Amino acid sequence: MSLGEKLLQAVIIIALFFAVVGVILVLTSKLRSRLGELIQSAAFLLPTILLLGVGLLYPAISTVRLSFRNNFDKLWIGFDNYKTIFTDSDLVRVLINTALWVIITPIVATFVGLIYAVLVDRSRFEKTAKALIFLPMAISLVGASIIWKFVYDDNTGILNAITDTFGLGRHHWLLSSPGNTLLLIVIFVWVQAGFATVVLSASIKAIPTDIVEAAKLDGVSGVRMFRYITVPSIRPTLIVVLTAITITTLKVFDIVRTVTGGNFKTSVLAYEFYVQSFRSANRGLGAALAVLIFVLVLPVVIYNVTQMRKVAR
Amino acid sequence: MALTAAFVSAGMVLAGCGGSDDGGSDSKSAGGTSPGEGKAGCEQLTQFGDLTGKKVHVYTTIVAPEDQSQKDSYKLFTTCTGATVEYEGSKEMEAQILVRAQSGNLPDIAYLPQPGLLNTLVTQTSTVKEAPKTVSDNVDKWWGEDWKGYGSVDGKFYAAPLGANVKSFVWYSPKMFADNGWKVPQTWDELMALSDQIAAKGIKPWCAGAESGEATGWPLTDWLEDALLRTAGADTYDQWIKHDIPFNDPKIAEALDKVGAILKNDKYVNGGIGDVKSIATTAFQQGGLPILDGKCAMHRQASFYAANWPKGTTVAEDGQVFAFYLPTVDPSKGKPVEGGGEFVAAFNDKPETVAFQTYLSSDVWANEKAKATPGGGWVSANKGLDPNNLVSPIDKLSATTLADPEAVFRFDASDLMPAEVGTNSFWKQMVAWITGQDTKKTLDNIESSWPS
Repeated sequence: MSLGEKLLQAVIIIALFFAVVGVILVLTSKLRSRLGELIQSAAFLLPTILLLGVGLLYPAISTVRLSFRNNFDKLWIGFDNYKTIFTDSDLVRVLINTALWVIITPIVATFVGLIYAVLVDRSRFEKTAKALIFLPMAISLVGASIIWKFVYDDNTGILNAITDTFGLGRHHWLLSSPGNTLLLIVIFVWVQAGFATVVLSASIKAIPTDIVEAAKLDGVSGVRMFRYITVPSIRPTLIVVLTAITITTLKVFDIVRTVTGGNFKTSVLAYEFYVQSFRSANRGLGAALAVLIFVLVLPVVIYNVTQMRKVAR
Repeated sequence: MALTAAFVSAGMVLAGCGGSDDGGSDSKSAGGTSPGEGKAGCEQLTQFGDLTGKKVHVYTTIVAPEDQSQKDSYKLFTTCTGATVEYEGSKEMEAQILVRAQSGNLPDIAYLPQPGLLNTLVTQTSTVKEAPKTVSDNVDKWWGEDWKGYGSVDGKFYAAPLGANVKSFVWYSPKMFADNGWKVPQTWDELMALSDQIAAKGIKPWCAGAESGEATGWPLTDWLEDALLRTAGADTYDQWIKHDIPFNDPKIAEALDKVGAILKNDKYVNGGIGDVKSIATTAFQQGGLPILDGKCAMHRQASFYAANWPKGTTVAEDGQVFAFYLPTVDPSKGKPVEGGGEFVAAFNDKPETVAFQTYLSSDVWANEKAKATPGGGWVSANKGLDPNNLVSPIDKLSATTLADPEAVFRFDASDLMPAEVGTNSFWKQMVAWITGQDTKKTLDNIESSWPS
């Protein structure tokens, strides 16, 4: 099929879709009954449900199914793939690394973001300062990883230059575990802190001035103001930021792939999923890893959504 | 006109003979009169008829700067058939082709750099078409039995070989050797003695780089394979690939320790770069460059490393850099040669696809490609390739090494192993080995990752 034919097909399908929905709407608008309304709302919902089904539900179910199959997708092997994940020493390392990422990244990124937001709040350079910390967000993760790979480089890296100057010697920074995972986390914190700053700063500005003034009249200031007024007031936003970063962290892939290629014991779940599924051609194990990521992300997403509803109210 | 008719009918007969697996003699020809009628070099292609306006989508791992000579070598194909070639090169091809196979978004033809990948595609996705008769005849005629075997899965022949490379090379500086009175070693013992001699002069004799993005570690797997061919011989090597002996067999451990005596020896490596561990973080492209500064004497790497020397470097026996054959332990037992190559897999049997496959498997293309590669860095095991068409000295050396009657050629083992090992644990564990893990644990870990 040529490109022209494909485009034509797409146009026809879209036209057909609008025609069908149009006809349903016109017909049901004549029926001023309960049933008419029902059909009408179904007509609106159906495309969404259909697309969700095809694009989300079907792949999800087929992935779960695949996770109980062997590498060639030819045999049912029960929970063997899951057993491998929790017993194979390399994969256990992957789990530990992922845990490190998920625990450290959100806390550090949010903390850095929060402190930064409070410090620059209402200062003269607020806009410039916020722009500076937000800039890394504009760089792709692969780009950021390449920048930091130069920093950690054995021979030309600035990190070795610094430690050498202070008499701490030169090191193979990316080779020694678990320090190398922490160095990779630094990259992600560098990127995510800007997001935390901007969201938290907006939330800090939304704290009603009467509360702040009342506290000031009561003689609260400095650290205690931060501890008893600022943090409790922005608590829901804090949680949203924390959970949002947690979810992104669970899916981190680009940094590990670009900087170490998963070597030197730095692999994480999302990267290992890719390696097993496509490079190792072990689709069963890859699917099991994907399901595991899903299971881990799910409670965080649910919590995140309920918190966001609270913020909205 | 009579001549044309004769050509067409001859083509029909040929196609008819080959129609056994795709039913019907006309399915391969697009009909019409081929634009290549009567032109030199087009003899095999006229049978496919007039393919003007058709496109063949080729997906490969060969990227700039090496892709230009590929594209140039397809000009004759366009002249002969009228069809053009759409070339897509990507370093991610090995993983992406599996993704594409699963999503049904396949090219017409892919150049697979590993027989193991062909095996995976055939057994797991059933998307690869069996080679048509025209291709299989060409391969029978121009290639050895072993090369046909690499393109076959379970006795069925799928993919014709394309290019080849020789991995058993050690790069060195002929000038540096001459200045110091060093001689190219003829046995492994001489190689080690020379290393000691160089080290005694205060130069670290060896340099290496194993970093290669996702594929980090592959240069080290080549080291082990080359050593194993020399210490244990080709039969053990074959058993090892087929897993008839375990990956952690004592013979493998012996070979790995032999590699370790060089690569894990702080007196020997990493010339001009750093310590042993720096091998893991040095890009494979950079691994041999210290030779040019006289900071390193030897770098074991395949013939294709020729492309990595900076512009202006003379690669010749009397030039700045050249390569010698990695000597064997016991020369009386023949010359083991490790090498690699690409294979042409087709995902459909449209006339233009088959025509292109046929073209690539012919001696005509091999010579066209040689002529289109003035810079060097390409050879083929195609017996129809005239060595005089190869321009660069290193390619001539590769061609003579491959054609040497003493040579016992073996394909890169990691490329033949299951993907779980060949493109995952073998690479990863060798990286762990060079950064400190011992031989036993390394081999045990790879053995345990072998799919049951």
